Amino acid sequence: MELAPVVDLVRDAVTGFLQSLGLPAFVIDMVLALISASLIAGFMAVLALAFVWVERKVSAHIQNRLGPMRVGWHGVLQTLADALKLLQKEDIRPAAADRWIWWWAPAVSFIAVFAAFIAVPFGEGLVVRDFNIGVIYIVAITTFGVISMLMAGWGSNNKYSLLGGFRSAAQVVSYEVPMILAILSVVMVAGSLSMMSIVQAQEGTMLGFIPNWFIFRHFPFGLIAFIVFMIAGTAETNRTPFDLPEAESELVAGFATEYSGMKYAMFYLAEYSAMYVMAAMGTVLFLGGWHGPFLPSWLWFAAKTVLLVCVLIWFRWTFPRLRVDQLMELSWKFLIPVAFINLLAVGLWSVL
Amino acid sequence: MDISSYSAVPIFLGFGVLFVAFNYFLNSLVTRNVAEPQKYDSYECGEVPEGSAQIQYNVRYFIFALIFVLFDVEVIFIIPWAVVYKDLGMFAFVEMVLFLLILILGLVYAWRKGVLHWFTRPVEH
Amino acid sequence: MTGESLAFYGLAFMLVGASILAVSVRNVFHAAMYLILALFAVAGYFVLLNAEFLAAVQVLIYVGAVAVLVIFAVMLTTRLTDARVRAHNEQVGAGLVVAVAMFLAIVMAMWSTSWPISDAAPAVDNVRTLGRMLMTRFVLPFEIASVLLLAAMIGAIVIAAKETGPPQSEEST
Repeated sequence: MELAPVVDLVRDAVTGFLQSLGLPAFVIDMVLALISASLIAGFMAVLALAFVWVERKVSAHIQNRLGPMRVGWHGVLQTLADALKLLQKEDIRPAAADRWIWWWAPAVSFIAVFAAFIAVPFGEGLVVRDFNIGVIYIVAITTFGVISMLMAGWGSNNKYSLLGGFRSAAQVVSYEVPMILAILSVVMVAGSLSMMSIVQAQEGTMLGFIPNWFIFRHFPFGLIAFIVFMIAGTAETNRTPFDLPEAESELVAGFATEYSGMKYAMFYLAEYSAMYVMAAMGTVLFLGGWHGPFLPSWLWFAAKTVLLVCVLIWFRWTFPRLRVDQLMELSWKFLIPVAFINLLAVGLWSVL
Repeated sequence: MDISSYSAVPIFLGFGVLFVAFNYFLNSLVTRNVAEPQKYDSYECGEVPEGSAQIQYNVRYFIFALIFVLFDVEVIFIIPWAVVYKDLGMFAFVEMVLFLLILILGLVYAWRKGVLHWFTRPVEH
Repeated sequence: MTGESLAFYGLAFMLVGASILAVSVRNVFHAAMYLILALFAVAGYFVLLNAEFLAAVQVLIYVGAVAVLVIFAVMLTTRLTDARVRAHNEQVGAGLVVAVAMFLAIVMAMWSTSWPISDAAPAVDNVRTLGRMLMTRFVLPFEIASVLLLAAMIGAIVIAAKETGPPQSEEST
């Protein structure tokens, strides 16, 4: 049961109604965007709820215990309970904090990821706006999130926050380059930066049964690009094994030390949503997006994205944390040369 | 390719701000703020905070950011090449190899000079 | 009042306001924040001019790299809000005169030029066009750009290596 025709129907109905009110075209555009924005905000909230529960269950089972079991069936409502708890926590602003910078940092963190959702598809034809520069737009907007870490670190006026902010920023910034290079290996073969076109370039099968996904193409270079992308993506979202900035045993909560209540919740909402965006990008670029037999496109897309998010969660509870020097050297001395060689190898393969 | 599709960006940004502000507002409705002086001290693992947070930090964070700027600009040049690569032939590949060779030289230089090594001996001034 | 003119004036307000605040605010970190707003407004202008790739590049490079660099530099400088750090120096008067003179010169130059408005449709896919141009007509500037980046990198490394000294194996943070 395809969702795209339903969405188109609703959109045409709304557009027709607004046009009958005599509104100019750009206002209609903006109203439609507003509706999409509210839907996506709701989706992000539900997403965070679901993924936090998945993370706690997965981590529990990896550690041979049960995890949340009491609140709702097998603890499904646990995250809701946690969110309500955070809601009623007092919002303490440290006296030494720089007021406006401290206030804006979680907002900037959230907004950066929220704006990235504009270009993220949910299925065939289900994307808020299919930008021509889709992939680069998402990378650029998530780069904007680095500023929020620095703001949080500085605004809190606390040594732990500052150090956490520095490390976060240095880490995210170091892993941008290998990530973009891995993405470019795919863009080279697809010939476009638009998310929809990249997925459309992965239709069909090779040799009759292997799906035409980029992870299988130009073997093994598609696979290497995928691995580089996953490593860089894990580092970009500050997840273990790259979570030194928020290492509980080292830096308290890193740049989020001085935040409580909903501001703290905003940071973590942004983190889980960024994980989803990274996984969605990985699905679009490497796992063939929404292509798959029998089931509707949005189901395939959701399944693949959830698979990648579960892989990210799996990483967290399996690998030990990387030390900061290992982290930086991994990026500059290993991933960047590998990504460059991969890029050239894919180029050579395409040309021969 | 219509730039009016970009009108969604400020809408999303604006909506994001409103959403966040609304959440903060909800938070403020539900809590009770009891003012106690120690609550507003900066957190230092339970100790009394000592000294200003604005202390001198290590310069290597800056150096990594500097090298990142240069590599970012390089990657920007590679993006249009990647998009048109399929249509052009071997000569585009050769041009890019030249471009990347020159920049990999820079990376190797940085590596050899020890700039990419995290641990350094502080220079005596 | 089309959407485009609304966007134009909105961005103009944001850009001019943020720029003025960036140079007049006392707290350097706040000034860096206003700078970021101004850079976003410029990205908005690139979109209005149909150069969407350049808008993304603007955000990626300027906000994502240069602004981060500026903020690192600001954070690594101590005593920012010290009373001894002056916001202005003695040359404010002369500076103002020169700035106004330059502004008048630019405005007069703009008014006296006739700007031909091209009837051609804006480029449909500017990343493709850019790529093709870079690889065919502008290959030499493209390769020279890489040499320029190499020079910048070596310059930065030479200065940085002087600060940190030769590498050592086990020192703590």
